[in-house]
Amino acid sequence: MKKRFLPLSVTIFVFVLAYAICTMQYPKILSWRVVGNLMTDNAFLGVVAVGMTFVIISGGIDLSVGAVIAFTGVFLAVTIQHGLPPEVAFILVIGIAAVFGAAMGAMIHYLRTPPFIVTLAGMFLARGCCFLMTTDSVPVEHPLYAKLNEIVVHLPQGGRLSLIGIIMLATVALGSLLLHQTRFGTNVFALGGNRAAAAMMGVPIARTTILIYTLSATLSALAGIVYSLYTSSGYSLAAVGVELDTIAAVVIGGTLLTGGQGFVLGTFIGVLIQGLIQTYITFDGTLSSWWTKIVVGLLLFAFIAFHRLLVVLSARRLQAGHSARPRNAAAKAGPA
Amino acid sequence: MSTLSKFAPNWRQALPQIIALAAVLLADWLIFPDFFQVRLQDSHLFGSIVDVFNRGAPVAILSIGMTLVIATRGIDLSVGAVMAIAGAVAATLINSGHSMPVAVLVALAVGIGCGLWNGLLVAVLDIQPIVATLILMVAGRGIAQLITEGQIVTFNDPDLIAVATGSFLGLPMPVVITLLMLAITILLFRTTALGLFIEAIGINRLSSTYAGVNTRIVLAIAYAWCGLTASVAGVIAAANIKGADANNAGLWLELDAILAVVIGGTSLFGGRFRLFLSFIGAIIIQAMNTGILLSGFKPEFNLIVKAIVIIVILIMQSDAPALVLNRYRLWRERNAPRRTAPGNTAGGAA
Repeated sequence: MKKRFLPLSVTIFVFVLAYAICTMQYPKILSWRVVGNLMTDNAFLGVVAVGMTFVIISGGIDLSVGAVIAFTGVFLAVTIQHGLPPEVAFILVIGIAAVFGAAMGAMIHYLRTPPFIVTLAGMFLARGCCFLMTTDSVPVEHPLYAKLNEIVVHLPQGGRLSLIGIIMLATVALGSLLLHQTRFGTNVFALGGNRAAAAMMGVPIARTTILIYTLSATLSALAGIVYSLYTSSGYSLAAVGVELDTIAAVVIGGTLLTGGQGFVLGTFIGVLIQGLIQTYITFDGTLSSWWTKIVVGLLLFAFIAFHRLLVVLSARRLQAGHSARPRNAAAKAGPA
Repeated sequence: MSTLSKFAPNWRQALPQIIALAAVLLADWLIFPDFFQVRLQDSHLFGSIVDVFNRGAPVAILSIGMTLVIATRGIDLSVGAVMAIAGAVAATLINSGHSMPVAVLVALAVGIGCGLWNGLLVAVLDIQPIVATLILMVAGRGIAQLITEGQIVTFNDPDLIAVATGSFLGLPMPVVITLLMLAITILLFRTTALGLFIEAIGINRLSSTYAGVNTRIVLAIAYAWCGLTASVAGVIAAANIKGADANNAGLWLELDAILAVVIGGTSLFGGRFRLFLSFIGAIIIQAMNTGILLSGFKPEFNLIVKAIVIIVILIMQSDAPALVLNRYRLWRERNAPRRTAPGNTAGGAA
């Protein structure tokens, strides 16, 4: 029971430590204003990372998320420009994404192909569709967008929590409930733990796989809507590389890339850690943005190596049996 | 004779790829009747078909290393980032006054280093390849930008530029380098047991270890070779634009390289690889790109074509066609015995 929470607690510890270090250097980082901006600026990443958490816990990977975000943005911009009401466009694009995700899930399950190659094809397809609609950056000028962007919750010290920040927080909360409190969530864990064993225990493998990728694509479309509200435009080359940021956030958040273990809350903190690095670089002013990539890469390596260590240690414990318990208890305390 | 047949691809196995290449080239020719016209000017060969090989060179070189890695049941997502690093190293060194061979050799060494890092993660730390190489894919472009200090480093060294624009016996230099890399790789991995070890690891790493294969060393060699090919492609890409662009060099090429390998018939589940056919796969991709450009479609249309190609190959590689065929056979056998003797049916069905 305690072991399950170890990766998550390490993530939280790293986040608190990083925030403390940042605050020591720039005291203003610890303010409601920065916290509010952290939520707004990383809203789309937070939404899409919730879907990716489900995919990775099930032992898969989804490379198409960035392309789906761009597709959603371009689709909204183009259709709204042609006079479709935004509400209808929102529902339409989420429907399209859901069908798209279900098709990918079906291919992964029925053709028994590795998820990364199927979602790679999905990525090409979604980006290609963006380019077919338009290669320009299309602005969205609709009163509803302005109205939605005006909705803010005022925090102390002049901080503002925008609507898209609220959407992200709601997605994280609902995703957490779905993953940890429902039959579907349990099935996702079972699939990632051991597929064959899950099938023998009666987990509906086909339905769960298809639903997981449907969920991921749907949340990508929601993230696309958030991104569209955030930038008030649609651009085919938007959100390039977001799939990597998302996977990094999920891994830093303590989800095992081998599947079978993870938390939506951890992913949320993983997103915040990335956002914090960017905020720090902005505050510093002299560091260049590429440091974000390097630091995220280093963090990714540190967390993967740490998870690997945990797996090796638990395998050793299994081999050693009961007699080795005291020694391993000491070893377990080591990495934390 | 038997040694020769080891190098030459098995033609019957290679038939789908050759038919595909022929079909794409035929389509190109129908779109653009001058497609196969080649002329010699200033001892350079010019023409659309030469262009296909020239432009396809970076992906073809990447696909050589990627083939080995995929054959071990792995994947290397970092090749695009390694290309950017190698280009940045070469450009920075040449600008600080080093000679072309030094700059290129250091760039290649850095590429091998990147490959060894991936190999270390996969072979020693036992991290799944897609994740292990993701680290360098994310951090690599940052490192490349660190080397170029965030700028596009341009250079005018004629020796380095000649790597992309020069020619040898009329053939463009990138094509010569590609063929050279292909020949060296085939020699190194097919005349020795290395290729066999790689395939063994791809089929079952644990049993290969039990059978006495030093799987860690072999895996490290496969990833290091992939890093080497990536750095060769990176130097060519940098020389081609006379500059190192850390943001865009090799962007998305890892996906093209994987696609080339898959088209070449190397299974994504490891266990068998065909270097020459991966090369053909890369040329097929480039011939499609050129065809789309020549036909006047938007170049963005490429992505959709690639997606469709992947989906078709996945369906062909999966059990689905076999299942359909089996159902058909069963159906035929069920109906057949009423008319013919059972022995005949079995013979006919086989």
